[in-house]
Amino acid sequence: MIAVIDYGVGNLFSLTASLKYLGAETVVTNKKEDIVAADRIILPGVGAFEDAIAKLRATGLVETIIEETQKGKPLLGICLGMQLLFEKSYEYGEHEGLGLIRGEIASIAEDLNDKTLKVPHIGWNSLSFDADEPLFKYINQGDYVYYVHSFYGRDCLENTIATSNYDITVTGAVRNGSVYGTQFHPEKSGNVGLNILKAFIEL
Amino acid sequence: MITKRIIPCLDVRNGKVVKGVNFEGVRDIADPVEMAKFYNESGADELVFYDITASVEERALFSDILVDVASQIFIPLTVGGGINTLDDFDRVLKCGADKVSVNSGAIRNPDIIEQAAKKYGDQCVVLSMDIKRVDGEFKLFSKGGRENTGIDALQWAVDGVNRGAGELVVNSIDTDGVKNGFDLELLDEIAARVDVPIIASGGAGKMEDFAELFKHPGIDAGLAASIFHFKEIDIKDLKKYLRTQGVEVRL
Repeated sequence: MIAVIDYGVGNLFSLTASLKYLGAETVVTNKKEDIVAADRIILPGVGAFEDAIAKLRATGLVETIIEETQKGKPLLGICLGMQLLFEKSYEYGEHEGLGLIRGEIASIAEDLNDKTLKVPHIGWNSLSFDADEPLFKYINQGDYVYYVHSFYGRDCLENTIATSNYDITVTGAVRNGSVYGTQFHPEKSGNVGLNILKAFIEL
Repeated sequence: MITKRIIPCLDVRNGKVVKGVNFEGVRDIADPVEMAKFYNESGADELVFYDITASVEERALFSDILVDVASQIFIPLTVGGGINTLDDFDRVLKCGADKVSVNSGAIRNPDIIEQAAKKYGDQCVVLSMDIKRVDGEFKLFSKGGRENTGIDALQWAVDGVNRGAGELVVNSIDTDGVKNGFDLELLDEIAARVDVPIIASGGAGKMEDFAELFKHPGIDAGLAASIFHFKEIDIKDLKKYLRTQGVEVRL
């Protein structure tokens, strides 16, 4: 059973549909007992960091999520869900994250050298990843994944397991023990994305 | 780096995909779900679905089709047609759309762009524009390209982005269905004025038209319907060709 955390942020249609398509049992939930009972957790998210972290904290689930991952339960944060795992974010101010991944979330626009590039970084970009990471066992180096974001993870090299290039090095995926995150949307990345979710289900 | 996108557009009426020439002479082609699967396997980067129905019953049928597609195809889906209110945004997003394209609804009520961008994020709001030359000026047309609004189309594009549109679909009525290439003059004018992704629509007839399109900076995607539906151009072949022309595409 996969617990998809429901904290009122973003559209969960594609995520739950893709998990169902892969044959995974899924519960969309904001209940502690579901998260404890599940064998893996997905933290989705679209929108702004400050609003999302406040809503997540308001569920009272943060402690449970952290405890479960410390026991080795796999967690996957997607897009803003990945960003929430970081120590802090500079999206409109400075906000504290969950601190499960070392690093910070910063503005793409401010860090770009080539100011003619468009922000958000939106569309398909090729992914380079650590070949021994189990999350990527079903995909090939250079496969394309779908991104939509204006902020990105940086100073997180020790937890980075995949990157894409957009003038700057965009953190594509992170891992710290059983805690995983992808900046791109596997549930929107076609067959490549399905293969990443399949690998997560098999962790 | 980010790739240029190839996007087939599926106009859906009464549960079937249709495509007219210069917006007239609409005819049936195929089942939207099967067509979406075919395009996913061919390497389409996104799919656009336009609901060109009018009745309430047909609208419900369109929603069912959308749910079917979004449950089986996991690439970005944009939905347009009949989007006038935030409730319309909500309706199609709940059926699995990722982005919502607004056209005549934004002409009637430009505030819808801002309201939707605030509620769902800029990336969710696509402003689609039908544009035609009238006395040497680019004018914005409404109602599927039938009615001249008198609005300056270039200014409309700028205003739309300022209101929060995250992407523009620029459809040239002058080149639509003619298959003699995209309207590069119009596209250049718009690209010079906005910094959001631009999806070019109207006029693609052969693979070279896409290569020519992507030489123009600021154009992110090419959208077409009949040439893909009738298999005059196969998307996989098109992408292989574009790569030989130095265009970065997803293969």
